[in-house]
Amino acid sequence: MRGLVAFFSVVVCCSVLYLVNVAGHVDVRTGKADSTSDKDFQNPVEQSVERVNQWLDANWTAEAVEPAGQADELTIFRRLSLALHGTIPSLEEIREFEDDTAPDKIARWIDRILADTRYADYFSERLARSLVGVEEGPFIVFRRDQLNAWLARQLRADTPWPEMARQMIAAEGLWTDRPAANFITIARIEDEGLDVNKLAGRTVRTFLGQRIDCAQCHDHPFDERWTQGDFEGLAAWFARARITIGGVTDTPPADEEPAVYRIAEPGQSKEEGRIVPVKVPFHPEWLPAEGSQRSQLAAWVTHPDNQRFERAIANRIWGLMFGRSFYDPVDDLPHPSEDTNENEELLDVLGQEFRRNNSSLGNLIRVIAQSKAFQLASSSDALTADDFRRQTEHWAVFPLVRLRPEQVIGSLFQASSIRTIDQNSHVFIRFLRFTNETDFIKEYGDLGDDELLQQVGTIPQALLRMNGRFSRELSKADGFSAAAQITSYSQDPATLVENCFLTCLTRRPSASELTFFTSQFHKLSQGETEVNLDANASDAPADAADDNDQQAEREQANRRQRVQDLFWTLFNSPEFSWNH
Amino acid sequence: MLPNQSRRDMLTLLSSLGLSLVMPGMSARAANTRRTERPKSLITLWMGGGMSQLETWDPHPGSPSGGEVTAIATAAKDIQISHLLPQVAEQMNSAMLIRSLTSKEGDHERGTSFVKTGYRPEPTLKYPSLGAIAARELPDQSIEIPQHIALCAEGSFSHGGYLGNQWDAFRVFNPGLGLTNLESYASASRNEQRLKGLDIVSQSFSAGRQFSLPQTLHQETLDKALTMMSSDQLKAFRLEDEPAMVREAYGDTSFGRGCLVARRLVEVGVRAIEVTLPGFDTHVSNHEGHVTQCRILDPAIATLLQELKDRDLLESTIVLCISEFGRTPSINPAGGRDHWPNWFSCLIAGGGFRSGTVIGSTPSSIPTAKDAAPTEAITIPQLYATIMQQMGIDFEKEILTPIGRPIRFADASPIDWLLKSG
Repeated sequence: MRGLVAFFSVVVCCSVLYLVNVAGHVDVRTGKADSTSDKDFQNPVEQSVERVNQWLDANWTAEAVEPAGQADELTIFRRLSLALHGTIPSLEEIREFEDDTAPDKIARWIDRILADTRYADYFSERLARSLVGVEEGPFIVFRRDQLNAWLARQLRADTPWPEMARQMIAAEGLWTDRPAANFITIARIEDEGLDVNKLAGRTVRTFLGQRIDCAQCHDHPFDERWTQGDFEGLAAWFARARITIGGVTDTPPADEEPAVYRIAEPGQSKEEGRIVPVKVPFHPEWLPAEGSQRSQLAAWVTHPDNQRFERAIANRIWGLMFGRSFYDPVDDLPHPSEDTNENEELLDVLGQEFRRNNSSLGNLIRVIAQSKAFQLASSSDALTADDFRRQTEHWAVFPLVRLRPEQVIGSLFQASSIRTIDQNSHVFIRFLRFTNETDFIKEYGDLGDDELLQQVGTIPQALLRMNGRFSRELSKADGFSAAAQITSYSQDPATLVENCFLTCLTRRPSASELTFFTSQFHKLSQGETEVNLDANASDAPADAADDNDQQAEREQANRRQRVQDLFWTLFNSPEFSWNH
Repeated sequence: MLPNQSRRDMLTLLSSLGLSLVMPGMSARAANTRRTERPKSLITLWMGGGMSQLETWDPHPGSPSGGEVTAIATAAKDIQISHLLPQVAEQMNSAMLIRSLTSKEGDHERGTSFVKTGYRPEPTLKYPSLGAIAARELPDQSIEIPQHIALCAEGSFSHGGYLGNQWDAFRVFNPGLGLTNLESYASASRNEQRLKGLDIVSQSFSAGRQFSLPQTLHQETLDKALTMMSSDQLKAFRLEDEPAMVREAYGDTSFGRGCLVARRLVEVGVRAIEVTLPGFDTHVSNHEGHVTQCRILDPAIATLLQELKDRDLLESTIVLCISEFGRTPSINPAGGRDHWPNWFSCLIAGGGFRSGTVIGSTPSSIPTAKDAAPTEAITIPQLYATIMQQMGIDFEKEILTPIGRPIRFADASPIDWLLKSG
């Protein structure tokens, strides 16, 4: 927990530091206008989207599943903003989005979201969880803040994922100077050096999407492919890694032999153990002849023909976009189709397209976000639970997924402001958001590194949303808050209600909602309602000079309270704290 | 809030007419029954950071591992404990000491995870804590507040693991000093209006989501939270109506108040309560550190045991005082003791466990072999299987976990000779 809080401070500080002004800058894709001959393949990403959609269509047909309807554009916008910026869109952004009527709107807005610094700052943190989990890690030699800032820089530069993976697995140097080295140093155990088993297990889970941890002690229970020998051979690649005063290195001091990996049986001392040579479980021809042991392993893991590598990242990014990975658990994938001789499956397609698009994480996100699956509604016409289950299984309906704590507080915070809260916001607002965020996450409960585990709501969360100071402060209709501005500037009750819905839920109210909520404001102006404000209401009217003024002030105060109550209602609705 | 209010009114009416027994799950208040027919509760006193066995339950004065501690006689014949725990010494007839718990986890996070769940931590599966299992397996419809509560829960707390996070402990950071987020900041009439609006918004969202929305438990937890907000049982968290003498006896500390709240929660019928006392990680100045800690621990645990006895609640309550590991027999140059999972001690009382007795023994010398072990070693899974059996939980029950592997609640069998009848 403490680790996460420290981690967040870094995320926010980074956003303060990187005052790169890219928000508002809209990338206009150029490929479109120029290409005239090859209409289908205007750019590689579009071609990839087409292949993914063909696979999805074929799968729905083969499985006889009727996909849900298309989600409306605002819902897709909300999903993108939550997945890539960690908050709902601001009313300011919604207006701009709705005013945009040019073609390829979603594709262009994805580009814009990826170019915003909020993407690198937020997405790097989510990526870091899969790399090093959420544990505090060893004192001094592990610097989560450094790793996170490094990841953010790579995302901004769109460094290819294989290059990032190689830098982490083969990292040499100080955890501060070469932040990728923190992937190695987190495995340090006091008095014992680096835990090679942990490094091997995490490398394979993270970069190859397979769990061989249990093969540390016995062969994989369900999968005859991973043997204990495979695990030992992989762990041996990390045997030379050590942490010295100069940082992580594979080079032993001049008077020492390079370390070998030994496994001691019970009763044996470490020195008596048998020597385990380095070994990869398949395709040894991918290993380069030269380089340190870890750089050789890194080259093997990221080899262009290693389908496990591309499938793993495709499944991971799919998971971060949907809140649910294509295969669950995210790091326990079946073998690629080339090994199984079965039909090509979606991860194969996504993986191949990922490689073809420069192994760029940004492009992978573009492909997934533009796929049909991402743009389906989360509501469905399924008549039976079984039909719905089958739709869910085949990605024929968008899943309902609980938002992460930082997404919930990020959204509460964004909903309190009409304008976009980003690196261009006032320092005070960013500071306020940061302090609120850390407190909120502590009370809301953090999900740990198994964040793609499907979670349900809890009582403390319900209490915090209903009665916590966060929802109270952030729904207040005074000063420059969203609630205050909506109260003052909405021309009529219907517009007022609509603005509240757009600000909090990124959608317009339904007919019945509009009727119900506007009637409350109508009653107000007709003087039919109680004018007793809560004694503790901060926005109680000041004494007015004459009755008319007093009446008007009371009405306005009442209106503000109603708006605050409407915000409360929307904050506590299921769709506010669930991705849908 | 209306529906819940009316539900409560109806229940009150029914019970006043003597009709409560015809409704399933509406048995008489747990607090009205005593002794063995009463459903069992568990109080875990968690000594965070790794409590030294040598300065508490397992002193070896005058030996190479002894340190500065002396041993004192207790109410139980033949049992001596550290002089830092004089009040607990007087209660030793009501409790048992196990000096031979063993573990292989010498890291705080891993050790905590192991001792809270009885399973060694794995990167791919999170196990549920003992308290989460108890709360899930022994439901009680008459309880309107969470069945699994962590007091002084600033640091790590007990989780539901693969059972789901609805079984995570409900955390209270400053027990006895008021609860946070349990009072609405708006008037009743405003709340009524807000909830009416919420019904309408929820209804329009549920269209086309009738199969997925209920699985989120959003509405269910909201209803439970509202029930809790208006429950009389929240009084258990308030210490104002406890006599000043009682409050003083537990000690004017967060942990002391936590133990007193724990007793009140047991009286209400809450299934599993955990009270944490952090600060045992004494790599430096171990003795002084334990002097400070024991001043907090001694009055709280002694008063808790005495009060549970006085109220005839000890047979239906298991009190377990435990830590993630012990501390080294050797003392380091900084006067501290480091992590030592090879053996550590716990105190356990009530619930049919033997009392006034000691299980296991440890050497006084500084062990040289890395796999040094105590006599009569007891593993955490064995201890938890025994506790589950005593609480009436099927410890052999298998749950199909999210990774597709069925896993037992306890990976061991109970040890009968820890029990009175055994």
